[in-house]
Amino acid sequence: MSKQLEIKDLYIDYHTDDATVHAVNGISFSLEQGECLGLVGETGAGKTTTALGILRLLPKPQGQYKGGEIHFNDIDLLSIGEEAMRNIRGKGISMIFQDPMTSLNPVLTVGEQIAEVVRNHEKCSKKEAQAKAKAMLEKVGIPAERSEEYPHQFSGGMKQRVVIAIALACNPEILIADEPTTALDVTIQAQVLEMMRGLKEEFHTSTILITHDLGVVAEMCDTVAIMYSGQIVEYGTLEEIYDHTMHPYTIGLFGSILDLKKDVDRLQPIPGMIPDPSNLPPGCPFQTRCPHATDRCRQENPPLHAVGGSHTVRCHLVEKGGMA
Amino acid sequence: MEQLLEVRDLKKYFKTPRGMLHAVDGVNFSIPKGKTLGVVGESGCGKSTLGRVIVHLLDATDGTILYQGQDITHLNKGQMKEIRKDMQMIFQDPFSSLNPRMTVAESIEEPLKNYRICASRDELSQRVSEIMETVGLAERLAGSYPHELDGGRRQRIGIARALALGPKFIVCDEPVSALDVSIQAQILNLMMYLQEEKGLTYLFITHDLSVVKHISDEIVVMYLGNVVEKSSTQELFEEQLHPYTKALLSAIPSVDIHNRSQRIAMKGEITSPIDPKPGCRFAPRCPHATPQCFSAAPALTEVRPGHFVACHLCK
Repeated sequence: MSKQLEIKDLYIDYHTDDATVHAVNGISFSLEQGECLGLVGETGAGKTTTALGILRLLPKPQGQYKGGEIHFNDIDLLSIGEEAMRNIRGKGISMIFQDPMTSLNPVLTVGEQIAEVVRNHEKCSKKEAQAKAKAMLEKVGIPAERSEEYPHQFSGGMKQRVVIAIALACNPEILIADEPTTALDVTIQAQVLEMMRGLKEEFHTSTILITHDLGVVAEMCDTVAIMYSGQIVEYGTLEEIYDHTMHPYTIGLFGSILDLKKDVDRLQPIPGMIPDPSNLPPGCPFQTRCPHATDRCRQENPPLHAVGGSHTVRCHLVEKGGMA
Repeated sequence: MEQLLEVRDLKKYFKTPRGMLHAVDGVNFSIPKGKTLGVVGESGCGKSTLGRVIVHLLDATDGTILYQGQDITHLNKGQMKEIRKDMQMIFQDPFSSLNPRMTVAESIEEPLKNYRICASRDELSQRVSEIMETVGLAERLAGSYPHELDGGRRQRIGIARALALGPKFIVCDEPVSALDVSIQAQILNLMMYLQEEKGLTYLFITHDLSVVKHISDEIVVMYLGNVVEKSSTQELFEEQLHPYTKALLSAIPSVDIHNRSQRIAMKGEITSPIDPKPGCRFAPRCPHATPQCFSAAPALTEVRPGHFVACHLCK
């Protein structure tokens, strides 16, 4: 299979008046055609910054690339002009934003908003674009008659469907979905995930799914990257991560989750909080919360160790054959 | 066992331009002392309104609220102020429920000052540090403002404020929904520890079934202002009887990648709570609805000891 997207050693900083925030610190991963990658982490792990970085949508002038490369079908995204980049957004790589309530334009009908993307990328008349918009609405389960309505006339779940329709209108090769169901109720989340799975099969779109919900990842993804403090600390296939969890942070994440199928008396949360990204500790960023941290962890940031298959873990302890 | 709080046929309607909105429509339950009742449901099912009516942040339209056997439904402000010492609330959003211009210590002091609990300045600051220690806030944060703290710490302030007066009963309205999983687990453990330590009684409102399962002794499932199922936590998770509870449970993504449970597809979305039609409110989305379901509302019936269901199909 071919690599559609390849990210090598990406660094992104935000410059503010008070401090420099190191949001993404050396991320590398690749995405194959048809693959669904789950990017998992807590608030402040750098998930959304990575996504915005890929699309060159970092807030200006605070967000700056500090190094690394992003290749999309052999195009170096960090060196092309703004015009070329605009052609890739929406058609090559498209994004679903987290909050459907704020990512739609309140003064345009949903039909116009879908047609706008189509007209930007495809040579077609206004009529054709509108027809395409209606067809897209039907695809995401909204009756075509509702294309004349405004966002406030839709419920949260329906708005998220509209956002998905916009993202998929030009049949993108890669879809980046940033917490697409976090703002929705579980039953509506189930409907939206079901729909996304159907569309993925129909269009063969590769997906990067950003979420903090390991349950959603288990249902949707083929591969998983666990992020912490702007780094990928563990990467592997779904089975490798869920059945052979190795990094202490990933183990802690699973320990914090309440699973309906298991009875636990008390949860085993990770103590403390994520480090301040403008003032990262020396060595491994997780050492301040890690139950197994040694002197070496406090001095030296571990590299990614390959532990078989595609499974890689950023932890010194793995070298010695894992932790107890 | 002694019932700390009892609610009988509680109703809360709101007048809207389009008609009467039935937010809470005839809810009955009681909570024994030292136990937790979980209220679970999706957005718009009336669970938050229910919590607010119980602590008198909203007035009940109809029905009775009994606290330690005393009818508190129609108390005036002065009488209610006395009861509030016993009944407190933890709010969902620690970002908006704290005064941004008060330091951590000032926020925790406020209830103590309102009730003139402490005789001197020294006693007051002593009490504040005790409470801060109980909820796991470091002493050095006393002078910080809410915006300087993260969500988990802010929610600890919310809990500290609720605990300041030494209440017996706390309404917790989605206290962990805005927090990251690792922080969520810390806060849940804190709340369970406090319950054991101080013998607190909780009404725990959430949309998250896994949270409610973890913390509750008994669970009430709400749909559009009605209780559709009520049972002990253990029994409810062993067997759900109401089609809505079944669908809700099957909609939750599990981290178990090997044993996938079959999902029950639920069509459509929650219907309008304004002037609801007669019949079962879940009928338009129910996969098993019969004509009877659209004409008559099912009553909450005890089908097994302690297990109540409002469904025509469960008899």
